[in-house]
Amino acid sequence: MGQTFNASAPTQRQSPRRRFSNLLYRRPNLYVSLLLIPPLLWFGAIYLGSLLGLLWQGFYTFDDFSMTVTPDLTLANFGALFNPANFDVIRRTLTMALAVSIASAIVAFPIAYYMARYTTGKTKAFFYIAVMMPMWASYIVKAYAWTLLLAKGGVAQWFVQHLGWGPMLQWLLSVPGIGGSTLSTSHLGRFMVFVYIWLPFMILPIQASLERLPPSLLHASADLGATPRQTFMQVILPLSVPGIAAGSIFTFSLTLGDFIVPQLIGPPGYFIGSMVYAQQGAIGNMPMAAAFTLVPIVLIAVYLAIVKRLGAFDAL
Amino acid sequence: MTHAVQFSQVSRLFGEVKAVDRVSIDIEDGEFFSMLGPSGSGKTTCLRLIAGFEQPSAGSIRIHGQEAAGLPPYQRDVNTVFQDYALFPHMNVQDNVAYGLKVKGVGKAERIKRADEALSMVALEGYGARKPVQLSGGQRQRVALARALVNRPRVLLLDEPLGALDLKLREQMQSELKKLQRQLGITFIFVTHDQTEALSMSDRVAVFNRGRIEQVDTPRNLYMKPATTFVAEFVGTSNVVRGELAHALSGNPDAFSIRPEHIRFAEGVGASHEVQVSGVLHDIQYQGSATRYEVKLDNGQTLTVSQANDQWLDTGARYQPGQRLTACWAREAMIVLRDAPAEAH
Amino acid sequence: MHSEKASWGLKIAAWGGLVFLHFPILIIFVYAFNTEDAAFSFPPKGFTLKWISVAFARPDVLESIKLSLQIACVATLIALVLGTLASAALYRRDFFGKDGISLMLILPIALPGIITGLALLSAFKTLGIEPGMFTIIVGHATFCVVIVYNNVIARLRRTSHSLIEASMDLGADGWQTFRYIIMPNLGSALLAGGMLAFALSFDEIIVTTFTAGHERTLPIWLLNQLSRPRDVPVTNVVAMLVMMVTLLPILGAYYLTRGGESVAGSGGK
Repeated sequence: MGQTFNASAPTQRQSPRRRFSNLLYRRPNLYVSLLLIPPLLWFGAIYLGSLLGLLWQGFYTFDDFSMTVTPDLTLANFGALFNPANFDVIRRTLTMALAVSIASAIVAFPIAYYMARYTTGKTKAFFYIAVMMPMWASYIVKAYAWTLLLAKGGVAQWFVQHLGWGPMLQWLLSVPGIGGSTLSTSHLGRFMVFVYIWLPFMILPIQASLERLPPSLLHASADLGATPRQTFMQVILPLSVPGIAAGSIFTFSLTLGDFIVPQLIGPPGYFIGSMVYAQQGAIGNMPMAAAFTLVPIVLIAVYLAIVKRLGAFDAL
Repeated sequence: MTHAVQFSQVSRLFGEVKAVDRVSIDIEDGEFFSMLGPSGSGKTTCLRLIAGFEQPSAGSIRIHGQEAAGLPPYQRDVNTVFQDYALFPHMNVQDNVAYGLKVKGVGKAERIKRADEALSMVALEGYGARKPVQLSGGQRQRVALARALVNRPRVLLLDEPLGALDLKLREQMQSELKKLQRQLGITFIFVTHDQTEALSMSDRVAVFNRGRIEQVDTPRNLYMKPATTFVAEFVGTSNVVRGELAHALSGNPDAFSIRPEHIRFAEGVGASHEVQVSGVLHDIQYQGSATRYEVKLDNGQTLTVSQANDQWLDTGARYQPGQRLTACWAREAMIVLRDAPAEAH
Repeated sequence: MHSEKASWGLKIAAWGGLVFLHFPILIIFVYAFNTEDAAFSFPPKGFTLKWISVAFARPDVLESIKLSLQIACVATLIALVLGTLASAALYRRDFFGKDGISLMLILPIALPGIITGLALLSAFKTLGIEPGMFTIIVGHATFCVVIVYNNVIARLRRTSHSLIEASMDLGADGWQTFRYIIMPNLGSALLAGGMLAFALSFDEIIVTTFTAGHERTLPIWLLNQLSRPRDVPVTNVVAMLVMMVTLLPILGAYYLTRGGESVAGSGGK
């Protein structure tokens, strides 16, 4: 086709830009390729290459005595993940991630529900920004703010004293597995910080899924004789499950990979993230660190497979 | 005389789907040509092939004698009025209209003068400083028209430009477009799914169905002499009679079409030179200027009959549902359909 | 829908939730002006602007601010180019591997930061590249691409494709169409994406701790400060600064992209 055109077209002097433009027009695949080459090179070479390289490192051997890595392939690192000590780290992180997800959903739901059903126009916009701002606000500063809040003589203590909640807090902190000597060194404190930091990631997907509920559906339920409570339990809550599931992807995977918050607040004891960080840094065992990164990947993959059944991907 | 646009055996495939299937058309210079068909019939793809937004998978397209394959839209002497108008939202009306001149390197003074001329041609003088969002649907449509005409194309493509307007405005624009086309003397190629629109404006109409052309003809011929069942049923309303009954009523052909308004009722027996068939009146719909009757024939087929309410003295219904009637029509009013046997597959 | 009124319990839970979300941020702003110089006592003892001038006289603070700004600027620039190219290639055409490419773009923020960070670190080590400003930029640019990509592709999808066709139809070639039609329509989406990418890069700490080597970005400086109670007032001022640098872009991006698209991206840090 191109040839016929060239034969019959009047010979015009065309600028190089026009000729290039014409070439891209005639070869749309060339055009898309030219657009895609830079991002593909960057992501393929730098990012995917690094990831595969990391996985490969997981098979290398680390010599405990000489503290050196040799490229002899072994499955020992992956086997070591099941050591009681390492398994403990995984269990601790996983429990926290699940607890944070559940608590976030409980705290987020009323906010999302109020946003979706009882606000319009400016109030809705206000709520939206009011949730977006803490979401984007500096992560490290939010964590830092909580160290200030929970510190001895800090804001939290002042409130507890003035509200007379001292005995209650003492009782909570004495519960094994939750408590600790002070709020800032307890599991409870760490849990609160996690819930705070990831809460906006839960609010927005729930709000979006509630926003999509057609009002006619709620009218229909009321029309069929359901009390507001029944409508809520039978219609609204089940239909917001995909939103909750979508939000929990964020709360779950973000908690799972975090190592800054566990370092700042809560009792000693490794999280997956801090384990990886310590293995590659202080210990210098890159192969073990690499093997450890497989844990969150597998856990997240399993989690995604579960929430996919709840319709989470349609609510993202 | 060269043709404005010439398709020879043009196909356009999207994957496995044949959007346009071996279409050949010759569009004369200076004619108002419509492409009519249901959505997905290939008419819009044909328009996009002329504009250069699509490339043919096979066949050749010539625009004023020049092979168009490989020629990008910006080097074709055709301009388009888009279905959604596609006005540039960040430019005011004048800049929108002058855009075609700007990218061709026309000087600023000249551009503004010609843009204002084009705007006055569509009765929008003084609207130049407005943004597209500040205009009504009808005004946007006119801006789109002015923008496409400012380059003085030899062929203007219109992709369902009136679809978004309400009925009154649409009828007004139909006559204005027709007037404009005569005044400019350029070729208009008009895509529509509205048969009334196509019939009332066009010199010739191509009827599309499933990527193929069923018939290209004048509006009168399309209505009076539809070549295929599809055309008979898509353009106006038709009774298509097939099989034994068709054979019995019309002699040899397998199928024929008869328009509802060409049928009359006779109580008892009709005139001897007419085709006659009897049935039971099933349903009556009063439609103002006409009344429509559904008659169930003895073989089970339903015949639609339309009778003009042209007697002002006409009171009440002349026929009652359940009544037995004879429907008759002139032998010449039956149109033999050529594609009837093919309908089987 | 809004006929019935919200119950008091719901109202309290919703507004209480907002207070919970904003209280710690507010605390940062309050403490930056606290007169005390070592403790975290509440309520604050008095108001002073002293610590701001103290903080901005510290060479290590200025050094970290400068480094973080440089990194965020360069990373944003790279993300703008790569993100725009990717969205232009992917938004309309369907081809084999398209889903794979969009998944790959999201991966750096979908996977926990420790994985991205460690992967990049081990790759740099293997290649013998000394960790420093360059390696930080590479890491940041990688996870910022998707922010720009999301903003730009949303705008492209909202912009009618017939605008581009209309431009070409009226005689504009690819470059003219890009210059006069595409850029003006993408402008605010690029600005919004760029601002969000900048905020994300300025604040990032997890990937950065792996790729920074001996360099100290502002978040890393903050993290190191936490074990030094002596410097609390200066830390508070820097915390407020970082907070503002991340809050202002989100407000700006919201106003630039109002009407349909979400600025949430597929957020994650």
